[in-house]
Order: sequence, then structure tokens, then C-alpha cells
Amino acid sequence: MADDARYMTLNMGPQHPATHGVLQIVLEVDGEIVVKATPVIGYLHRGVEKLAEVKTYHQALTLTDRLDYTSALSNNLAYCLAVEKLIGVEIPKRAQYLRVILAELQRIAAHLLWLGTHALDIGAMTVFFYTFREREAITDIIEQVTGARLTPSFIRIGGLAKDMPDEFEGMVRTFVKGFPKRIKEYETLLTDNIIWRKRTTHISPISAEDAISYGVTGPVLRASGVNYDLRKVFPYSSYEDFDFVVPLGKNGDVFDRYDVRLKEMFQSNRIIEQAMDRLPGGSVNADAPLYVPPEKADVQNDMAALIRHFKLMEEGFKPPVGEAYGAIESSKGELGFYIVSDGSNKPFRFRIRTPSFPNIGAVPKMIKGQMIADVIAAIGSVDIVLGEIDR
Amino acid sequence: MGNAENNAIDATVKRVTDAFGGAVAIEGAGELTSIVVEKGKLRDLLMSLKTEKDCAFTMLTDLFPVDCYGQEPRFEIVYLLLSLDKKVRLVVKTRVGDGEHAPTVSDIFSVADWLEREAYDMFGIHFDGHPNLSRILTVDDFEGHPLRKDFPTEGYGFDTPFVVNLGGETT
Amino acid sequence: MGMKSNILVTSVDFAVNWSRKNALWPVSFGLACCAIEGLMIPISATYDISRFGAEVMRPSPRQADLMIVAGTLTKKMAPVVRRIYEQMPDPKWVLAVGACASSGGIFKTYSVVQGVDQIIPVDVYIPGCPPRPESLLAGFIKLQEKVQKESMFDKNRRLLSLTEGKA
Repeated sequence: MADDARYMTLNMGPQHPATHGVLQIVLEVDGEIVVKATPVIGYLHRGVEKLAEVKTYHQALTLTDRLDYTSALSNNLAYCLAVEKLIGVEIPKRAQYLRVILAELQRIAAHLLWLGTHALDIGAMTVFFYTFREREAITDIIEQVTGARLTPSFIRIGGLAKDMPDEFEGMVRTFVKGFPKRIKEYETLLTDNIIWRKRTTHISPISAEDAISYGVTGPVLRASGVNYDLRKVFPYSSYEDFDFVVPLGKNGDVFDRYDVRLKEMFQSNRIIEQAMDRLPGGSVNADAPLYVPPEKADVQNDMAALIRHFKLMEEGFKPPVGEAYGAIESSKGELGFYIVSDGSNKPFRFRIRTPSFPNIGAVPKMIKGQMIADVIAAIGSVDIVLGEIDR
Repeated sequence: MGNAENNAIDATVKRVTDAFGGAVAIEGAGELTSIVVEKGKLRDLLMSLKTEKDCAFTMLTDLFPVDCYGQEPRFEIVYLLLSLDKKVRLVVKTRVGDGEHAPTVSDIFSVADWLEREAYDMFGIHFDGHPNLSRILTVDDFEGHPLRKDFPTEGYGFDTPFVVNLGGETT
Repeated sequence: MGMKSNILVTSVDFAVNWSRKNALWPVSFGLACCAIEGLMIPISATYDISRFGAEVMRPSPRQADLMIVAGTLTKKMAPVVRRIYEQMPDPKWVLAVGACASSGGIFKTYSVVQGVDQIIPVDVYIPGCPPRPESLLAGFIKLQEKVQKESMFDKNRRLLSLTEGKA
């Protein structure tokens, strides 16, 4: 009774510079120590799962970009994996390698954005400008290839929208050669910085059993020591051909999550380099005329291709009755699509398993007993995207 | 999937059918093997799958209902389980009718707390024993359950202008 | 209205509007994907919004005079946006960035407000999904031109506002 009267209720958000979007956290504090935290979500609930049930499978692809908008092509990839399992289509090797390159570039871009905003919240403003400079380089590559900077919808069912332009190889190789030096710059600025260390070590830890019970995946789980990376455990899109290491942490605190992500950026760089070296030739689309639209040149010259293109865009295709679950390791964790089909041209149930939803559910456990200033560090280290949580 | 994973799933399926007998049915095979269980035995099944020695399914990846409009019972709740050491997935399904209550699993897996709240918000399924079953994604006074098949995508009152009521407070 | 052509007033108008338009302080209000392209990237070094005087993103609406609504507005978030708009002191302007803020975008669903102008008055709309950072800067310059054309005798743009801020 007396305890309840001592606690003060503080409201953080939904408009707040450090909540990375429209998230509200109601904190009950005893002086400076947080006693209870209740996140309130739903301020960005746009009804994507409902909207996808009235769109054809090709149209629903554009909705997936807007989920984790920091790394849009990864969402496309997860959705296409689920649908391709449903319809039973094999993707050619060239398309798989190119998907890997694009997904890893997006992972690096997402981690760079995380690092810039996380450091900005904690107080290190310079890092923000440096990481966004690198992110511009990646956005230039993606714009050259797909035509759009943030929401490309380029990875399509059956392969890719089209093949790479000539400048692609040069741009990617330049980026890959110069990137390890940039990671060294961020490490110089932050890793051995006494202020950064004091603000991040032993802050908001979460144990491995708690993390598993809360359904946490991604770098937060790996920082607590659990070796679960879908690229190694359930490999997809030819990831088993590449040689990379999965970094793990020990204590599960904010510094370990930062360290794991920094090392992951370096490993992604290695994967892109290997994929560029061994990129095979061939087509970028599967040989499945029922599901894959024809080439643009054919559509403009050949009547049969025109009719097929029209039918696919108007009515879509009808996959067999069944269900499929396709998941990838996105920059935040396990992103999965569970699609139930009833044989019609629209999905019957379009379930999106996003990594940030359980991750933010574990935040009250992490920040209990910590100071108010550490709440900001904890939220930043979990790396949430509200588009994913609220869908 | 490799041999080891297939064996792990077969062994689990055999253990479950031995233990629960007529209350379970097996659908699918390989990667998406699903166990359909009566809702009365759901908690026991999940607890036994979580605490098995050989192949413990310790992580609940996802929990969501599917609205099979027109069929009885109407809702099918799907649980996606994951075993981290054996690296296999398993699907558990149960059927709940419209208006019936389902048992909660939020004390077995902590992530089910929010997932069941979302299921209640979107479909209207009540979970007995849940600590705080309230709306999580939509407005608190929202009427209806959006993901049901008989709820229109635009919602009700789409053509009326949207008015915000701040309850009389100004700057 | 005959006062508008008074030569004394026009130089004061010019000076006041010039200083207002070159120091527009936004309130940080990113809602969704447009916040990355429409807010964070113009602040970063490549597209430098600081050359227009707007890099000072105030977290508190009481210290800001520009509200950049970037992203989808949902019915749950609408009272918050309205309250923050009313907390901003006069003179204030609103920039609607992206298709969702202008008219609801691709989300014709039960929970999305079809455009932020349903609840607050908007000065400049910047379409796109998301718009390029250059589009945002172009829209910003258009807003500056609009500010330049205002006059001291407009009902809502008094030099000395003796009454509470009105929408």
C-alpha cells in the first residue's frame, strides 16, 4: 500500500525523439529506478494483414515493403520464399545469389541506421552523420538496380523483377572494398570509448532462458549467447554456399548487442564479396509461365505474352490449396510469413511473424530495476521498427 | 531437411500419439508436420512438448487464429513451435468455435501474453486465465474484430468525415 | 485590405517574413517509413536541410513552428497529433510528407485516417511513397515562398498575437 503511493507514473511517447517511431511506454518509477514498464503499441496499426486478403499475391508484395521499412528488400524475400514454397517453384541459382547480395546489402543498411540512431539517443551525434553517409552509398546501389530508394518491391515471386544493370558490379565492389575501413571508424569512435562503455555495459541484460521464453530472436538473442541464426539453421536461398561466422555475445547487455551487430556487418560484407566472386550466369526468373510475368520486351512485341501479362496482372494466379511458412533472418530477427491458401487468387490468411513484436514484449523484463536514462539505451539496443510491430 | 531432423520429428509424433491417443490427429509431413489437438488437451500437449528430454520445443515462434468462415468450429488457432537444439519446427493446431473460450498458454511461454491479446483484438477469441485480455493494436473503444471474414476492410463509417475529440481540453 | 499597399508595412512584412522563413524549426514527428526519407535523410549530410535553417528539431512542440507529418496517420494516433498541433504557438505551418499523410496512401482500411488534413490544416503536400529527399526540399522551399507572401494584416499571422493560438 505505502509502496504504491511512492511510485510515480511517467508517460514516454508516443511522440518522443528517442522511441524510434510511435511507441508509448508507461513507466512506473520509484525515484529514478523503473519498477514497471508497460509498452502501448498500435499507433501505427494499418491493417496490412486484412488488406492483403483483398489483393492478389503479386499486389500483396508491395504491402510487404512497408513493414520493416529500414530494410525493405528482406521483407520481399521472406514473402516470396513463402509463396514459392506454396506453389512449389525452383528459383535459378543466379537469382538466389542476387537475392543474397541484395538482402545482405539491406542488412548492412538497416544496421547502419540502427547504429546512427542508437548512438544519437545515447549522445554520440557524430556517428549519425557517418553511418548515413554509408547508407547513402547503399541506397545509390539499390536505386541503380531497382529504381526506388526505400520501397523497391524488387524481389518478385519466381525471381527478381529484372536483371542487374552494367554498373552494378563496379558499384558493389567499390562499396565492399571500402566498408571494413568504415567499420573500423565506428569502432574507434565507440567501442573503447569510456563514456560508451559506462552507458552500455551491464545495462538491461536479459538471460538466455528469458529471451527464449519471450520469443526473442535476432541479434538480441545471439547477444545472450544462444546460437540461432536462420541462415545457418534453416538455410534459404543458397546461404549454405557461403562461408561466414555468426557472432555471439556473453552477457546479453546493451554493449553485447552493439558488438554483435557490428561484427554482423563485417560478416555481411564478406558474404557479398563471396557472392559477387561466384555469381553464376543464367536467367533471373524461374521457368514457370503460370506464375512469372513475361519479359517486358516480349510483352510489347508478342500477342501471347501480352495476354499472359494481362491475365497475371488482372486476376493473378491461383496456387494450390495448402499452407506454407517461409522465414528469413532479417536484421531484427526471424521474419516469417505464414500463408494459407484456399485455391483462389487472393490469400486466405496472410500472417506476418515479425521479430520486433516479441522483442518489444521482452523490454519490460529488461528494464525492470534500471534507471530512466537506461530505458533509452535499452530500447535503442533492441532495434525495433514500429511498422513491423503494428503492421 | 536432413535425416536427423526427420527422425526427430517422427520420434516426437510417435511420443505424442502414444501419450494422447485419440485427442490428437497428425496432418502434413516433413517440414510442416502439424498436430491437431482438442482444446481440452492443448495445455498438456504444449507443456509436454516443452519439457521433453530429447527434443524440447522451448520457443513459441508464433500464435495466431485463422477464420474458417462457414465451417464449424469457426476458428483454427495455430501454434508454431521451434526446438533450438534439434533445429526442427512443429505446428500445433486446435479448433475453437465462435463464442467459445480457449485456454491460455501465457504461463508456459511468456510471448503468448501479447500474441493472445492480439488474437482477442483481431478475432474476438477469449483466452481463459490470461492476466490482461485487452485490445492491443486497435483503439480501446473499437467495435468489432477486424480480421474476421465478415468485417469489411474499410471498416464501418468509412464515408463519414473523421472527427477527433480531445474531450474539451485545449492548450 | 487597402492597407496592404502601404509602403511602411511592406518593408516590415518583408523583414518579418524573411526571418521567419529562414528559421523554421520543425517538431520531430516521424510516424512511419516517410520519416526515414522525409526527415532523417534530409537532416544527414548529403541533403543537409540545415542550409535552410531547419536542422534544429525541437522535441517539444512548444518551441517549434513547423510540423512535418511524415507517415501514416492512424485513428489511434490522431488525438495525439491534434493535441501536439494545438500546443504549438502561432505562427505555425504544416507539411504533409508522403502519400499516406496527404490522402491515406495505399491503406484504405479500418484504422487509417485518409489524410492528415482531416484533423489539421495543411500548407504544403509532398506526394510520393516515399518522396525523394529532393522532393522534400522542394516542398520546403515552396513553403518558404508561401511564408514570404504573408502579410502582417492576415487574420492568423499577427506580428503581436494578443489572443490564444487559433487553428
